[in-house]
Amino acid sequence: MRVSLHVNGRPRDVDVEPNQTLLAVLRDTLGIFDVKEGCGEGVCGACTVLLDGRPVSSCLLLAASAAHRAITTVRGLEDEGDLHPLQQAFLRHGAVQCGFCTPGMLLTGLAFLQNHPGADRAALRHAIEGNLCRCTGYAKILDALEAYAREAKRD
Amino acid sequence: MYPFEYVAPASVDEALAVLAEHGEDAKVLAGGQSLLPILNYRLAKPRVVVDINGLPLDGVSVGDGRLKLGALTRHATLEESDEVARNCPPLREAAALVGNVRVRTLGTLGGSLAHADPAAELPMAMVALDARLGIAGRSGRRTVAAGDFFTGYLTTTLAPDELLTDIDIPVTRDMGWAVEEMSRRTGDFAIVAVAALIRLDRRGHVDEARMTFAGVGPAPVRVPAAEDVLRGAEPTRDRLGHAAETARAALTPESDAFVSSAYRTLLAGVLARRALTRAVARALEIR
Repeated sequence: MRVSLHVNGRPRDVDVEPNQTLLAVLRDTLGIFDVKEGCGEGVCGACTVLLDGRPVSSCLLLAASAAHRAITTVRGLEDEGDLHPLQQAFLRHGAVQCGFCTPGMLLTGLAFLQNHPGADRAALRHAIEGNLCRCTGYAKILDALEAYAREAKRD
Repeated sequence: MYPFEYVAPASVDEALAVLAEHGEDAKVLAGGQSLLPILNYRLAKPRVVVDINGLPLDGVSVGDGRLKLGALTRHATLEESDEVARNCPPLREAAALVGNVRVRTLGTLGGSLAHADPAAELPMAMVALDARLGIAGRSGRRTVAAGDFFTGYLTTTLAPDELLTDIDIPVTRDMGWAVEEMSRRTGDFAIVAVAALIRLDRRGHVDEARMTFAGVGPAPVRVPAAEDVLRGAEPTRDRLGHAAETARAALTPESDAFVSSAYRTLLAGVLARRALTRAVARALEIR
């Protein structure tokens, strides 16, 4: 079936099978490899994308169900080649080890901070509890999120 | 995932026609947060997936002393809606404990109830809150009390050709509440969960108490014997402990690969005492 997806602000018309997840179509059809596949059951958060601004597991959404909705992957955060300030905070604080969880952490953290500007560390911990980092680098991820939250509050 | 035919009906009648035609071979797709893992792991092989997300079943409203929720109401809406917070705050607390943030974005109230996981928060909350479930079928509409809806492990009174369309709950503003649970990791299904609701009379004695557990049987379990301990009594620390102990003694949970029956029973008693303590504190504030 023909489906119109809106990925990172760009309309993409693709042929999908009814049983293909959004994750499969993003990676295998559109070559958007910044979306990662982890557990396939919505627990790990590696495949997080924003759907109309809210975090979802792209492995638990049929591509057909995502038609005409705004999909944001981590690549959609950069602005004309410049990294998003949250991405810069991740770099500054060494919040990236193997990098596999990073897209999900960034998107989940950003979606939360957009609705809870200036959130404290405890709230941020709670916000990313559904995203697993198997390097266990949570402390630096929280450092980065916290620093960004403080900067964003000042602006 | 095995291949299937994808149908997105435009009306409830159309959905019912598809379900009637395909019976057990059709699966309803709502938020997909239970169905998609099952399909990803090839634990089910439906011939037809009926995506009901296009149906107008997602409203939240209040009328005639009842909170009315469409079956497609997302968990995130239960968490964020002012109507829910004002008219049924226990439901908000239960919804906030479901899965992770991504599950709550897409997952639906109706989907959680129809899936009927015995450790899930929302089926437990529906039994605790005396919810009434509206079900559409080819021969018309019926309603069923939440307490009669869940019949066993992942099993309800829903027939394959029926659709859960709406849920209504008595407005619950005059009761103190608390939902407590323990899980191995945050976001996992609870090992045991409990919802406590307490209304106090003018003298500060318990007018009504409800204690409902999840994870301790094939369906949510309400424990009238523990509620009887509280009714008419002053909610002292000892009395709450006695009620929690009565609940613990009444439960006969199964063991599983992770947790023994004895541990589950112990946990139920501890969580019951915590929940009752918090519910009474809130009931005192409300009064």
